[in-house]
Order: sequence, then C-alpha cells, then structure tokens
Amino acid sequence: MITPHLPVLQVVLPLLAAPVCVLLRNGRLAWLLALVVGWVSLLIAVLLLVRVLDGPPLSYAIGGWAPPWGIEYRIDRLNAFLLVIVATIDAVVLVYARASVEREIDPDRVYLFYAAFLLCFTGLLGIAATGDAFNLFVFLEISSLSSYALIAMGRDRRALTAAYQYLIMGTIGATFILIGVGLAYMVTGTLNMADMADRLVGLTGNRTVRVAFAFLTVGLSLKLALFPLHLWLPNAYAYAPSTVTAFLAATATKVSVYALLRFTFSIFGADVAFEVLPLDLILPPLAILAMFVGSLVAIFQDDVKRMLAYSSVAQIGYIVLGISFASLDGLTAGIVHLFNHALTKGGLFLALGCVFYRLGSVRLKDMRGLGQRMPLAMAAFVVGGLGLIGVPLTAGFVSKWYLVVAALGNGWWPVAVLVLASSLLALVYVWRVVEVVYFQPAPREHSEVREAPLSMVLPTWLLIGASVYFGVDTSVTVGVARSAAAFLLQAPLGAGP
Amino acid sequence: MSPETTVAAAPLLPLVGAVLIWLAGRRPNLREGVTLVTAGLLFLAVASLLPTVLAGGRPAAVWLELLPGLAIAFRVEPLGMLFALVASLLWIPNSVYSIGYMRAHREAHQTRFYVCFAVALGSTMGIAFAGNMFTLFVFYEALTLSTYPLVTHSGKPDAVRAGRTYLGILLSTSIGLQLLAILSTWWASGTLDFVDDGILAGTVGDGTMGLLLALYVFGIGKAALMPIHRWLPAAMVAPVPVSALLHAVAVVKAGVFTVLKVMIYVFGIDTLRELAEGAWLPYVAGATVILASLIALRQDNLKLRLAYSTVSQLAYVVLAAAVLNPLAIAGAAFHIAAHAFGKITLFFAAGAIYTAAHKTAVSELAGIGRRMPWTMAAFAIGSLSMVGVPPAVGFVSKWYMLRGAVEAGQLFVVAVIVLSTLLNAAYFLPIVYDAFFKPPNPAESTHGEAPLPILLALVASAAGTVLLFGFPDLPLDLARQLTARLE
Amino acid sequence: MIGDALGLYNYWIVIVLMMVGFYVVISRGNLVKKIVGLNIFQTSVFVLYISMGWVEGGTAPILAPGVELYSNPLPHVLILTAIVVGVATTALGLALVVRIREAYGTIEEDEIHRQDEPT
Repeated sequence: MITPHLPVLQVVLPLLAAPVCVLLRNGRLAWLLALVVGWVSLLIAVLLLVRVLDGPPLSYAIGGWAPPWGIEYRIDRLNAFLLVIVATIDAVVLVYARASVEREIDPDRVYLFYAAFLLCFTGLLGIAATGDAFNLFVFLEISSLSSYALIAMGRDRRALTAAYQYLIMGTIGATFILIGVGLAYMVTGTLNMADMADRLVGLTGNRTVRVAFAFLTVGLSLKLALFPLHLWLPNAYAYAPSTVTAFLAATATKVSVYALLRFTFSIFGADVAFEVLPLDLILPPLAILAMFVGSLVAIFQDDVKRMLAYSSVAQIGYIVLGISFASLDGLTAGIVHLFNHALTKGGLFLALGCVFYRLGSVRLKDMRGLGQRMPLAMAAFVVGGLGLIGVPLTAGFVSKWYLVVAALGNGWWPVAVLVLASSLLALVYVWRVVEVVYFQPAPREHSEVREAPLSMVLPTWLLIGASVYFGVDTSVTVGVARSAAAFLLQAPLGAGP
Repeated sequence: MSPETTVAAAPLLPLVGAVLIWLAGRRPNLREGVTLVTAGLLFLAVASLLPTVLAGGRPAAVWLELLPGLAIAFRVEPLGMLFALVASLLWIPNSVYSIGYMRAHREAHQTRFYVCFAVALGSTMGIAFAGNMFTLFVFYEALTLSTYPLVTHSGKPDAVRAGRTYLGILLSTSIGLQLLAILSTWWASGTLDFVDDGILAGTVGDGTMGLLLALYVFGIGKAALMPIHRWLPAAMVAPVPVSALLHAVAVVKAGVFTVLKVMIYVFGIDTLRELAEGAWLPYVAGATVILASLIALRQDNLKLRLAYSTVSQLAYVVLAAAVLNPLAIAGAAFHIAAHAFGKITLFFAAGAIYTAAHKTAVSELAGIGRRMPWTMAAFAIGSLSMVGVPPAVGFVSKWYMLRGAVEAGQLFVVAVIVLSTLLNAAYFLPIVYDAFFKPPNPAESTHGEAPLPILLALVASAAGTVLLFGFPDLPLDLARQLTARLE
Repeated sequence: MIGDALGLYNYWIVIVLMMVGFYVVISRGNLVKKIVGLNIFQTSVFVLYISMGWVEGGTAPILAPGVELYSNPLPHVLILTAIVVGVATTALGLALVVRIREAYGTIEEDEIHRQDEPT
C-alpha cells in the first residue's frame, strides 16, 4: 500500500518533520525526531535502490498530475544510489550530532538547528529524486538556504561572513541554473526531464540550447565547487559547526555533481556537452588545477578543518576529471569516487569534530600529542588520510585505479601521471597532521583530555570502517557505478528505458 | 593441511599472531612467547610447501576479488619459495635477538614493536607468494606502512625526520612510478598475473617497454637502486632488530625480489633480451654497486657503513639479473638468501657491540675482539660473506654471477663484481683486523660479551652463513628451477 | 535586422539588469548593497521568464468567459516560486548582515577583512 508512494515519501517525510521540530521547541526531542526520520529515510532509500536495481526506473506523479504537465519524481539506478548515499550519511551523522551539537550550538537554538538540518536533508533528497528541471532548482535552493543558516550557526564570528559569502555566490550559481532551465524551457516547451531530453534530440546545433547548457554547467560548477568557483567552500567548511561540515562535505557537492551528470548525459546528451561545447577541453584542465591547487594549499594550512576543506576541492577535481572523460571507465571512476569520498571525508570531519568536542579547537598546534589522549579518533583520522592518499585496501585506491585506467583508455597518459602525482601531495598534508599528533609531546593543559563520547566515536568509525570495507569489497559500489555509468552513456532519458 | 590451504594461510598467520601479541601486551613473557611461536609456526608452514615446489608444483590460492578482474591471489614459484623460506627462518633468531636487545635497553612501546614486526612479516609472506602484480603491490604498500612505526620507534626528532624520508621516498616511488607502471601493464595486456614468459610480450612498442622497465625499477624503491637509495641509511635510526631483519632481509629483499619477479614474470627474460631500450639496467645497477661501496668506505658509523653495503649488495642482485643469463639469474636469486644470512649476522654483531660496549663508530672498535670474541668472530664470518670468500656463503652467489657474466660476455659486469669485491674487502676486513689485532684503548671501561639471547641469535645466523656454504643445494635447486626453461 | 534586434527589447532589458545587478554584487563592499545587487540580478531572470511567456494577442492567464487566447501561465507560476525563493534569500541575507553588524560593528567588506586579518 505504501510502496507506490515511496518516492514522494522519501522527500516529504523530512520536509514535514522540519516544522514539527520548530513546534517541539525542545532540543532533545527535535534531535530524536530528526534521528527517527533519518533512519526511516534510509530505509526508504534502500528499498528504492533494491526495486530499481532489478527493474525499470520508478515514476511517480506528484498530486496525481500526469507528466509532462505535472511534476514527476523519477528514480533510476543513478539517483537511487545517490539517495542511499545521502540518507546513510544523514543517519550516521545524526547519531553523532546529539553530543556534538549540544557542545557547539547555543542550547536555545538546538531545535532550530535540527529544523534547518531536516530542511537541508529534504532539499538534497529532492534534488536526487526529482524528474523535473525546475523542481530541481527549487530543491537546490531549499538545501542551499538551509545550509547557509546551518553554517552561520558556527561558534566563530567568521561563520557569519562565510555563510554570507556562500549565500551570495550560491545564489548567483542558482540563478544561473534558473536561467539555464528557463532557456531550455524556451526551446523545448517542457520542464520534465525525460520529455525535455526527447525534444532536445536533433537540436544540438541550436544556439539557445548551447547557451542553456552553458549556464547550467557554470551554475552547477559553482555549487559543486569546481576550481575556480570553489572560493566559498574553504571558509564555509572551516567555520561551520562540526556536524554541519561533515554532513555538507559528504553530501552537498556530491548531489550537485549528480545534477551535472543528469543534465549533461541524460537531458542534453553527451554530444552537446562534448562535441558542440568543448567540455572535454575545459573540464580536464580545471579538474587538474583543482587537484593540484587544492592539495598544495591544503599543505600550508594550520587549521585542520581548512586543510580538509581544500582537500575536498582537490577530490572534487578527481570526480569531475572522471566525468570529463565521457567514457564508461571515466564515468564509473567519477561515480565511485562520489561514494568513496563521501564516506572518507564524512568520516574525517567527524573525527575532527571529536577533537573539537574535547579541545575546542582544530588548529594543528593545539593537537600536539593527541594520539595518546584520543587514540580512536586519531586512528580514524589516519585511516581516512590513507584513503585520501589512495593506499590499497581503502576506497580511495579503488577510485584512483579506475580514474587512471580511464585516463589511459582515452590515451591521456600525462593526465594519469598527474593524478598519481597529486596523490603524493595528499601524503604531505596528511603526514603533517600524523607527525604532530603522534610524535609531539602533549601540552600540559591537555592532561585532562580523553576520548570523545562513544556516540561520536562510533559513527566516525562506522564511516571510516565503511571506507575500508568498500576498499576491499568493491562489488557493490563498482557494480552499481558501472551500471549507472552505462545507463547514462547509452542515450538521453527519453530514448532510454 | 593441503598446500593450497597453507599458501592462503601463510600471510594470515603472522597477522593473527599480531592480534594475539597485542592482546598479550600486559604480560611481556607471554607476549614474547607468542612472537616466537608464531615465527616457528610460520617457518614450519612455509617449509611444508618445499617438497611440492621442488617437485615442480605451483600451489595457488585466492583470498578475494578486490576489483572486477583483479583478485588477491597467491601462487608459489621457486623464487617466492626461496624468499619466504629465508624471511620466515630468519624471523626466529631475530625474535630471540629482539627479546635480548629490547630488554637490555629497556625500550618503550615494546608491544607496538612486536605487533608491527608481525604485520611486516605477514606482508612479506604476501609479497613472496603473490600470484599477480596487484597482490604484490597491496602487500608491498602494507610492508611500507607497517615498518614506519618501527623506523620511528624512538619517537625522537631524528627518528621522525628519518621516518619522513623513509615514507616519503618509498610511497612517492610506489604511488608515482610503480603504480603507474602497474596500471599501464594492466591496461596494455589486460592482466596482471605472473606468467612464466611474461605478459607484456607484443603488447607495447619497444620505447614504451623501456619506459615501463624504468618505471618499475625506480618505482620499486625498496630495491634501493640509486638514486632511490636514501631511505635505507635514513632507516638506520631504528633499533637494531629492525635494521637486521627488515632492512637486511625482509624489506630490501622484497624490493629486489619484486624487481626479479617483474623481470621474469611480467616482462619475460626473452622479451628483455630483445629490448635494446633496456640496456641501461646493468649500468645503473653497476654504478650503484660501486658508488655505494665508495660511500661505505667513508662511513665511520658502523650501521651506516652496513647500510651502504646493503645498497651495494642489493644492486648485485639487479646487476646479475640484468645479464639475462640463466647462471647469472640463478646467482641473483641465490644472493637473496646468501646476503640475508651474511647481513643479518653483521647487524646482530653491530647491535651486540652497541649493547655491550655502547659503541657505534668503526674507529672505536680497536681491540674489541678480545673482549667480545664470539661477536667479532661472527662479524668476521659476515664480512667474508660480503666479500665473497669461502667458507662464507657469499662466495657461492658471486661464483654463479661471475660465471653467468663471463658466459654472456658481459665484461662490464665482471669488472664491476671484481672491483666491488676489492672495495668490500677494503671496508670490512680492516674492522676485523683492528678488532683482533690492535690493542684496545686503555682509558676504556671494561665490558664483556653481549647478553645471552643476543649471542645465541648471533651464533645461529653466523653458523647459517657457513652451513649454507657447505650445503647450498636447497636454495640452489630453487634458484636453478627458476631459470630451468631458459637453459 | 535592426528591427529584429529592437523587437527583442525584452532580452536587452534582461541583459542590462543582469549585468547591473552582477556588477553591484562584485563591486560594492557594503553587504546590504550586495544583496540589493543580487536582487536586481534575480529580477532580471524573472523578467526573462515572464517576457518569454507572452503570447502575441494573449491576455493575462486568468480564466475568464469569452476569452480564447491566454499568455502562457507556466512561466508566471515558475516566477512566483522564484520570487519566493528570492525573498527567502534576501531575508536570510539581511538577517546575516544584522548578525555580522553585531559581531563586527561594521557591514563594509574591507573593514571585516581587516578585522579578521591577524587571526
């Protein structure tokens, strides 16, 4: 009875829970509600993925209005996978959030925090689930606005300016997306993604189509923080509350990558993107610059959160590089790294949140000798760091393997060399932290510091452990990614299954 | 247990031991007992595979498929058998030595030490038995990471700095060069399995193949071919048991073992013979042999002198293999075993001197032979092995290498071997002479021999060095089986 | 051809508004002025959508007896949504500006940068 409504329940449940949190006014109750909704959403996402892996894509008409006039939610293998990723991160982070949020957010505002968190979650799920281009814009703005508010709740006053800067840049990006959707509507007369794909067939030479795609790409590149449109990310991640950073780092940019994939391959088609518009010439250099600049700047940071934020810019470069190959191996690499990076970076930021919980700071000089006092959190950091470098038996290695194979397959062996060289940069900044944490004596003021509470350490190790597990058992992730990549490459949505 | 099960269990056994060691951390005697039992069991397991391999069998096993088409798989062949035997056998005296050394110096973090040691040996077994280049790479990286805490054991600033050099060089070469070579091989030939005639034949052009060879040879940083050798002297900051087993046996031998494996099973000797773009290899190896020996001459710190000697001796293996002649390759393979016994003896002796007399410099060793006769006798045997003189086993490998080089007409290699023999004599024999025949410094305090566990290990490895000379058949058989098809 | 270009006057207005808004965002250091620029930028997009929905000879898209031709209602609906989004963004932005004023004592970008510098 419920199962046909699963696609819409996925989005509606957190959406309705958000105002209930505001009404509840109690921080603990709001957290509990958010946690329950998060876990139920994960269940729904898994159910959807299972349905879609074996069968055709699911289509759901909102309000009973049939597409293409009504808004349609369309769940296929790619976005079902993404839904599971987002819901898993949300479920794990919410377990962690109780202790972390209590420490970092003003107690009077905790219920508001969870309301905004649920709204952000709704937005991200909606972007993934929807089959309507304008609807995607709406959910994008829902998630963005709530993330501006979430970031601004950070302790440091620079969180306010970071949120403001993100607001300005993010709104410009979203407006570009709006322009792109509008231009596409102008040409095709429809907003439904499948319908639009159908009508765009044969229109690859049309100038409006090209401009629409260009606006969409630039707007989405800003949202996914592709170099050089990444300027909002380091400050936003560094000053936001730990829970928010972990959640956003693991999900927000990934969902924007999905949106880019959807528009590029399913709607406009690879020939508009790569033959008419020279994306295969523009994206790789930008991605490579992201890889190197991000890693290089990370090396010189004293605030470890900022270091990891710049590392994220580099890792997003890897994902976009894989996509820009427009080959089966390349797309597989990009999608696999989407998943792997979400786990690794989420786990790393959660580990840092444990440090912040006890120390009140994540500056490198304050973390001296922490290896003895907080062994579990720091061990999680080391394992996550090894994943960033791409050591075998971590998920990061799997992504790098496919990325280099894809580069060799395209005949671009210099790119292969660059991918491996930038991994070595990650070695430098990870090892900077390792040396300080394990080999320097702890300052005397920190003699009381002990491990973070179990409710924080367990989710951290859950994500980090998963990043190792999926580095060893790759059948699920690589299988789904490959299947999704094949699906994306075969044809624009309308012509596909 | 069937050979297949043994092969699958061999890398796992030390890892299980590591967990048990960690659990027994609070009770030192129990903990040390676990190490010894694990080492003993490992050697028995490895030795049990010997009959099968000698008879021509190649037992194989698979752990799991990591990526579609790439599995962690094992396949024992003569070279791997030899390496595994040497490493697992020498772990036993090394563990006895460690007990004596660590307790005499009241070292901290001993549980971490023994745990990392076990993990490192497990990784070594994984490398030895690897059935494809992917498996080998996974365990190769595991070996680097598990030996890092051992190198930086003291936690002091010089150890941290050395650790940075160690990790930096080994990981940069493995990720930047070796992984690139592996991925290119995978992409070009579609497989990474170790196959008797190599997998690269006919897949890429000669120029690319020469480039790949360079990527492999310099990417396998553990083989310490110049200029990728700096990590080895840097690692001497570690406690002596680490330098002895790891940096004389496990880690460095893993390096040259991998180079040999790549040359024989990835490229194939026939392919390499026809590759003009591979002609630089003997010269790079030969230069390393000579240069490292020259640098060793100038080292006053005993461990550093031994480290540079290791760099030079490792290059012998690559040099002999690069002759591409069955006798020379057999000599190279045999040298993996010969050098291991000789070098571990030398490091054991160096550690004994440090423990008993607190001396680290060569110039301080005058007359020490009177007070530490057993130690210096063992040192003498180790030195003879390095030089390549009977009754030490180093003679056997040099003999085969020379014969192979002469037969192949590679006079450059012959010259290098002869010259370096003289250099080895120049920086080893004077130490022995001074120790026994020069009077000690009268102002020194008196001291005796090293503690008993250390002496036992020392005597065992020295005896092994001599015994192998007398009874070289086992490793020789394995070495010759390696090149049987080429003759 | 000039006639064609002039006939597309709505797009020219969109472009001018967009660039004015964008310029204000980039060039002005006052945080409130940036938000104003952002609003102008967003308004240009509203004009784009609404003007594209106009059907020649059509009337406002409200059902009335006797009327046959209506302008396209969909862009109007979309823009209502976009306006709401814009209002929410402006409200949030201004709220942030108020909090920034409380924390820094100023709403000039360079002043704020100078205050954050030493850390």
